[in-house]
Amino acid sequence: MKRFYAFLLALVITLAFPLGAAAQETIEVTEDIQVSADYDWTRFSGKGITLNVYNWGEYISNGSDDSVDIVAAFERLTGIQVNYTTFDSNESMYAKLKSGAASYDVIIPSDYMVAKMIDEEMLLPLDYSNIPNFERISEEYRNPDYDPENAYSVPYMLCTTGIIYNTTMVDQAPTCWADLWDEQYKGNILMFNNSRDAYAIAAFKLNRSINPASTQEVDEGVEELKLQKPLVQAYVMDEIFDKMIGGEAAIGVYYSGDAITMIDDNPDLAWVSPEEGSVLSVDCMCIPATSQQQEAAEMFINFMCEVDVGIANAEYIGYTTPMNDVWELLDEELKYSEIAYPSEEIAAKEQVFTALSEEVNNELDLKWSEMKSYNEGGSGYLFLLLLLAMLALACFNIWRKIRRRTRNKY
Amino acid sequence: MKIYDKKLAYPYFVWMILFTVIPLLIVIYYALTDGDGNFTLQNLLSISGYGSVFARSLLLALIATVICLVLAFPVGYFLSRLRVNKQHIMLMLVMLPMWMNFLLRTYAWMGMLSVNGPINAILGFFGLGPYTMLNTSGAVVLGMVYNYVPYMILPLYTSMTKIDQSIVEAAQDLGANTTKTVLRVLIPMSVPGICTGITMVFVPAVSTFVISRMLGGGSNLLIGDLIEMQFLGNSYNLNTGSAMSLVLMIIVLLCMSFTSSFDEDEMEGVS
Amino acid sequence: MKTKHLRLLRRAYIILFFAFMYLPIAYMIVFSFNQSKGYSLFTGFTLKWYASLFSNASILRALWVSLEVALISAVIATVLGTAAALGIASMGRKSQLLITNITYIPVVNPEIITGISLMLLFVAYQKFAVGASWLPDTIMGLPTLLIAHIAFNVPYVIFNVSPKLRQMDIHLYEAALDLGCDPKQAFFKVILPEISPAILSAFLICLTYSIDDFMISYFNCGTVETLPIAIYSMTRKKVSPEIYALSTIMFIVILSIILISNTAESRRYHRNQHVKD
Repeated sequence: MKRFYAFLLALVITLAFPLGAAAQETIEVTEDIQVSADYDWTRFSGKGITLNVYNWGEYISNGSDDSVDIVAAFERLTGIQVNYTTFDSNESMYAKLKSGAASYDVIIPSDYMVAKMIDEEMLLPLDYSNIPNFERISEEYRNPDYDPENAYSVPYMLCTTGIIYNTTMVDQAPTCWADLWDEQYKGNILMFNNSRDAYAIAAFKLNRSINPASTQEVDEGVEELKLQKPLVQAYVMDEIFDKMIGGEAAIGVYYSGDAITMIDDNPDLAWVSPEEGSVLSVDCMCIPATSQQQEAAEMFINFMCEVDVGIANAEYIGYTTPMNDVWELLDEELKYSEIAYPSEEIAAKEQVFTALSEEVNNELDLKWSEMKSYNEGGSGYLFLLLLLAMLALACFNIWRKIRRRTRNKY
Repeated sequence: MKIYDKKLAYPYFVWMILFTVIPLLIVIYYALTDGDGNFTLQNLLSISGYGSVFARSLLLALIATVICLVLAFPVGYFLSRLRVNKQHIMLMLVMLPMWMNFLLRTYAWMGMLSVNGPINAILGFFGLGPYTMLNTSGAVVLGMVYNYVPYMILPLYTSMTKIDQSIVEAAQDLGANTTKTVLRVLIPMSVPGICTGITMVFVPAVSTFVISRMLGGGSNLLIGDLIEMQFLGNSYNLNTGSAMSLVLMIIVLLCMSFTSSFDEDEMEGVS
Repeated sequence: MKTKHLRLLRRAYIILFFAFMYLPIAYMIVFSFNQSKGYSLFTGFTLKWYASLFSNASILRALWVSLEVALISAVIATVLGTAAALGIASMGRKSQLLITNITYIPVVNPEIITGISLMLLFVAYQKFAVGASWLPDTIMGLPTLLIAHIAFNVPYVIFNVSPKLRQMDIHLYEAALDLGCDPKQAFFKVILPEISPAILSAFLICLTYSIDDFMISYFNCGTVETLPIAIYSMTRKKVSPEIYALSTIMFIVILSIILISNTAESRRYHRNQHVKD
C-alpha cells in the first residue's frame, strides 16, 4: 500500500512539473530581468501615471557599477513613471509623511515603524490579488508581530546591525557593543544617526531590552550614549560608506547588507556580530494612506517580489532576502555569507524592535536631540562668554549713542 | 510721485499677507500651543534644555563673522582701489564660487579635510599630521567663512568705492601711519558696508544646518539642525520646532536692530 | 621702498585669498577625472563619471525641474514685483513704510524659517482642503515649490525696481502726457524703457536665487527633487565622483556665461569710449 502512495506521489509530481513550468511563462524586460507573464503589467501603460516611491538611500539596484536598473526596468515594463526619492532614517520618513510635507505611493519603513504607522492609520491595507508574488515570501517572514496578518506590508529585505571595523586601523578588534565605549577607539567611532538604532546599542551594553518600557529606561540608555559621545567621530547614516571605505574611521556601526558592500570596496574592512546580540530589522513595502495610486503601487510591490528583481537587488545591496526562491539563485559568495545569512547561533541572539508607546517614544525623541546637542563640558562657560560679549556690544552701542547726542549738542 | 495706480500693488498685498504674514503667524501659533491646540508655554520653556546648542550656534556664527570681516576688509579695499575695468573682473572672480551650489562647495571641503584627504597628504609630505580636521567645530567655522565671505566682501567693496582716494592720501600726508589710516579713516567710513556685511554673514551662519551636518559630523549641532530635526528629522515635533524658530527669529531681529542702529548713526553722520 | 613692500604684500594677500576661494573648486575638477572613488589618491584619468552623470536620470530630471521652477517663478515674481513697485510708489509714505518693512521679512529672515513657515502654511491648507471637497488637497510638490520660490523672489524684484522708480525723472512722464500720450502709452513708452534694466537684473537675480535655493525648497518640495535637493541626497549617500563631474560642468557653464557677458560689456564700453572720442 505504501508503495502505491509513493507511486501516486511520483506521478503527481511528474504531472505537475510540466504544468508548473507552463505557468511560469515569462516576459523579458531586460536581459537580466524576466517577470511572470500571468500578470497584467501593462494595464496602466499610457495613462500618464507617476508613482512616488520613497526608499532608503542605497537600497535598490540602481544601474551603477554594471548593476541592473530596477526602476528603469519597471518603467519600461509597465509604462508607469517612477519618481524615486530616498530618505535616511525611519524617523525622517515618518516626519515627512506625518507632517503632510509630501505624499508617496510606496514607502519602505522598518518593522517597528510599520507597526507605529498601522497604529496611526497611516497605511492602506493591501489588496493581495494585485500582489500574487507575495507567495514567494518565505513562510517564516509572513504574519510577523508588527503586522500580524500582513495586511499592510510585504517584507522587502532584512538586515541585522553590527560592527564594521578596519583591520589595519585597530590593534584589537572589537567583539561586542561595549567595546564602543573603549577609550582606545576615541575619535574613530562612527555611530548611528537615528535614535532607535543608537539606543539599541546602549541597551545591549546595559543588557536590557532594546524596546524601552518606561521613560526612565530611556533616560538611562541615552545617558550611556552621552558618555560615549566624546569618543564618537561622527553620527552618520549612509555617509558611513565613504568614511569606512576611505579609511576615515576605524569602527562603524551599521547594517549587515551595507557592510557587505563596504567590504567589497575595501577588503581591509571586517564585520563583527557583537556578542550581546543584534537587532534584526525587516524593511517592508507599504502604501501610505494618502496614496492615490494604490493599484499601481501594488504592481510595483509585486514587481519587487519577482525573482529576477529580488536577485538583482539582493546582489547589489547585499541585504538578506526574505524570498527563498531568490536565495537559491544567489551567487555562492553571497548565498553563504555569514554576514547576510548568519548562523543559527548568532541568529538566536537577535532581537527585534517593537513600536514604543507614545510617551516613551516622545521621551526618546527628546532625549536623543538632547544627547545630540549635549556638549561635554564648557557649555555654561560658553554661555557666559556670549553673554559678556553681548553685554559689551550693548554697552558700546549705548556709549556711541550718548557720544552722538553730546556731539549734536554743540 | 502719484502717477501710477495704487491698485497695481493689490495682488502683491494679497500675496504678502498669504505667504509672508500668515505663515509667520502660524509659526507663532504652533510655538504657543501643544499638540491638541491648547495654549502652552511649555515649548518655549523646553528650549532652555538646548541652551548649549544656541550658545554654540551664536558663538560659531560670531567667530565666522569676525573672521569674514577680517579676511574681507583688505580684499574689499584692494578691489576698490583697482582700475574700474579690473575691478569688474576681480569682482566676478569673487562672485564666481558663489554661483556654484553651496552644497557642492561644502562637499568639496568634506573631501579636502578628511583624514586621508589632500590637505593631510600635503602636510604628511612635510612630516606633519595627520590631523583630524573634519567633524570639528573648526571645520564648521571654516565652512561658514568659505561660503559666506563673498557676502561680506560685496557690501564692503561697495561702501569703500565711495571713499575718495584723496582722503586716504590726505590722512597719510597729515602723518597718519597705516594702522591709523585704517582705524581712523577706512573703518569709520565703511561702517554701512560693515554692518550690511555682518548681517549678511551672521544670519545665514547662525541658521545653517547643512554646513554643520556635512562638516560637523552630526555632533556639532546648531540651531538650524535642531529645527530641521523637529520638522523633517529624527524627533518630529512641530510645536517645539516652531518655538525654536521663534527664538531664532528673535535672535536675528536683535542682531539686525543692533547693526541697523549703527547704520543709521553713520548715515546721519554722513549726510 | 616701503610702498613697494606694501604692494607686494597686497598682491600676496589677494593671491592667497583667491587660492582659498578656488581651492575646493580646483579639487573638485581634478577629482572629477579620477579613476577611483577615493578622496585622496589620483589613480588615473577617466571621463566615465561624466558619462554616468549624463545617464543619471534622477539628476537630469532634477535639473529640468530646477530650470522649470526657476523660469516660471522668476517670470511671475518679476511681474508681481514690478506691479507692486509701481503701486507702492504711488502710495502715501506711511503705507509705503509698512509694506516695505513687511517685504523685508523674507529677505532678512533666516531661510530655514521662511522654509518651515511656508511648509506649515501648506500643511494647514491641506488639512483644511481635505474637509472641503472643492479644493485640491495634495498640493505638495511643484505648486508649493513654485509658490515658495515666488515668495522669496518677489522682495528682490521690489527692492531692485523701487529705487529706479524713485530716481526716475517724473517730468519725463509728464512731458509725455503733455505731448499727447495717454497714461498707458506714456507708461510703455517712457517709464518701462527707463526701468527695464532694473527689471531685467531683478529677473536674473530671481533666476539665480531660485536655481541655487536649497533651504526653502527642502521643506516645500514634496516628492519633487530640484537640483540642489538631488545634490543633497547625493552627498548623503555613497560617494560617486559624478557629483564632482556635475560641479565641474556647472563651473564651466557659469564661467563661460560670465566671460561672455564680460567681453560683451567691455566691448560696449570700448565702443562708447570710441564714440566719445
